Amino acid sequence: MAVNDTLEGTRKIVEEAEAQRPNLHPLAPSVNDFNQELTTLNLGPTHPATHGIFQNILQMDGERIVTGVPTIGYIHRAFEKIAERRPFYQITPLTDRMNYCSSPINNIGWHMTVEKLLGVEVPKRAQYMRVILMELARISDHLICNGILGVDTGAFTGFLYLMDEREKIYEIYEEVSGARLTTNMGRVGGMERDFTDVAIQKLRAWLKTFPAVMSEFEKMFNRNRIFMDRVVDVGAISAERALNYGFTGPNLRAAGVDYDVRVMNPYSSYQDFEFEIPVGTKGDTYDRFMVRNEEIWQSLRIINQALENLPEGPYHADAPHYYLPPKQAVYKNMEALIYHFKIVMGEIEAPVGEVYHSVEGGNGELGFYLVSDGGRTPYRLHFRRPCFIYYQAYTEMVTGQTLSDAIVTLSSMNVIAGELDA
Amino acid sequence: MADQNESIPAQEVAAAQDPATQKNAQLLALLHRLFGEDTFTDVEEPYGLLTATTTRERIHDIIAGLQQDQELQVNFLTTMCGMHFPDKEGQELGMVYHLHSLVHNVRLRLKIFFPISDPVVPTMTDLYSTANWMEREAYDFFGIQFPGHPNLIRILNVEDMDYHPMRKEYALEDGTREDKTDLFFGR
Repeated sequence: MAVNDTLEGTRKIVEEAEAQRPNLHPLAPSVNDFNQELTTLNLGPTHPATHGIFQNILQMDGERIVTGVPTIGYIHRAFEKIAERRPFYQITPLTDRMNYCSSPINNIGWHMTVEKLLGVEVPKRAQYMRVILMELARISDHLICNGILGVDTGAFTGFLYLMDEREKIYEIYEEVSGARLTTNMGRVGGMERDFTDVAIQKLRAWLKTFPAVMSEFEKMFNRNRIFMDRVVDVGAISAERALNYGFTGPNLRAAGVDYDVRVMNPYSSYQDFEFEIPVGTKGDTYDRFMVRNEEIWQSLRIINQALENLPEGPYHADAPHYYLPPKQAVYKNMEALIYHFKIVMGEIEAPVGEVYHSVEGGNGELGFYLVSDGGRTPYRLHFRRPCFIYYQAYTEMVTGQTLSDAIVTLSSMNVIAGELDA
Repeated sequence: MADQNESIPAQEVAAAQDPATQKNAQLLALLHRLFGEDTFTDVEEPYGLLTATTTRERIHDIIAGLQQDQELQVNFLTTMCGMHFPDKEGQELGMVYHLHSLVHNVRLRLKIFFPISDPVVPTMTDLYSTANWMEREAYDFFGIQFPGHPNLIRILNVEDMDYHPMRKEYALEDGTREDKTDLFFGR
């Protein structure tokens, strides 16, 4: 039934295109002759251009896509079910594996949800540290997306430049949390340790060198004729349709809607910083690319402000019931040992209640809906995953386009399989 | 005792000046005006988010009415998800809708509950395209039926799965294993 509906839509598109085509030779077969055979093309589940494991069964009329049926769930790991048996701390590694291009945002978003439930107030310094890390994560997320968009349009160089910069961001993560990809960063109540001198040095060094690389990347792409021919007006979606499809993040802003959770519902002291929300006009692949580029610059602005104004003070809340005591104290102090045991075993007292908290993830509004019955684990935890929600518009966006356009549309939407399937 | 009675109005005055509370009150007044006061039960504001329970007979009208409404423009469906409470007789399953007004920045959480023997809920796909996969997910996880949905098949699990895994009767660990009984800390 859905396939027939889409066919009807495509027929309309093709008929309109036909009507605009002048002087068709009378003997030439009509383009909207749907009796001609369509080709079925299996795009995925493993395909180098999908950058993740999901399948699209496309019906092709020559190079043009007539309908598509997306299949997802290839890496579904039932996080929502697993979370119902995990204490709050053990859920953080699950969030790592959702949008694995920007794990710190997921980790910190989850910790903030728990803090909201528990009523823990996080000190200013920890909030600024979180902002720095979340903006680094946003940059690395956008670097990957835009770098790979370059690869899909045939320009490999930019991707290599950007991967080098992402590597440096991962080194900063490493100094902060000890891990690189799945960072498991921070704690409920703040950060697990203060920024070390090395971390600050690496961050400052990177802030000095990165802008030059980014400008070079932009110089290579933004007004590049070959690139623009491939992406302008490709995979466009109107603001109205995007909102109806529940788009958030850069994809929605590319369509011209300035919704950003950081501004709308500021969390972690985002109200202290000066930054702008870039928006596009047409919602096409070029707009998505440009919005992400501009967001990288804005994130740099935020990081610079946060680093310059990093307040002195504790890096975690004074909440011994929820925040792990220092290891030295656990060996020598009985209270610390008790708290350590209770927290590790998940025996912290959580209030009964339900809380929804959302952060601006790399791809849009990343929401956590947590229902607690007072037990050691969530009664129900639902993740609002932006990828899952906007990927369903993909079929509509590529219908009537060519296969090569569908590929660049997919990579500019930045669909991350881990977040899609959770 | 007398002190407590006096302090309550002062708290209410302070709460009424909070912009978020004001917006919630405005939204609640709108809901009551459009759909009647009897439609909503259990009206709360946990952590500042207006929450109300309604019935599955009215949910489609309410979400459609809010989408059309020009005053608060609650026309963004943030997310929806299923819930399962095996102990609530006759109301075992639930659906939770999170709505958002991007213009006025006010959020709303609507809940409906219904018996597990009759898990039928009106579809929102005619109002929001984004409801399509969310409802497929609720069907996949909880077995909730959405008559009128264009393509109600499983989305994340394999198609030949014959149960709905997020229901509480399916414990996460293999129930036959004895080496993993969690006497002291298990749920």
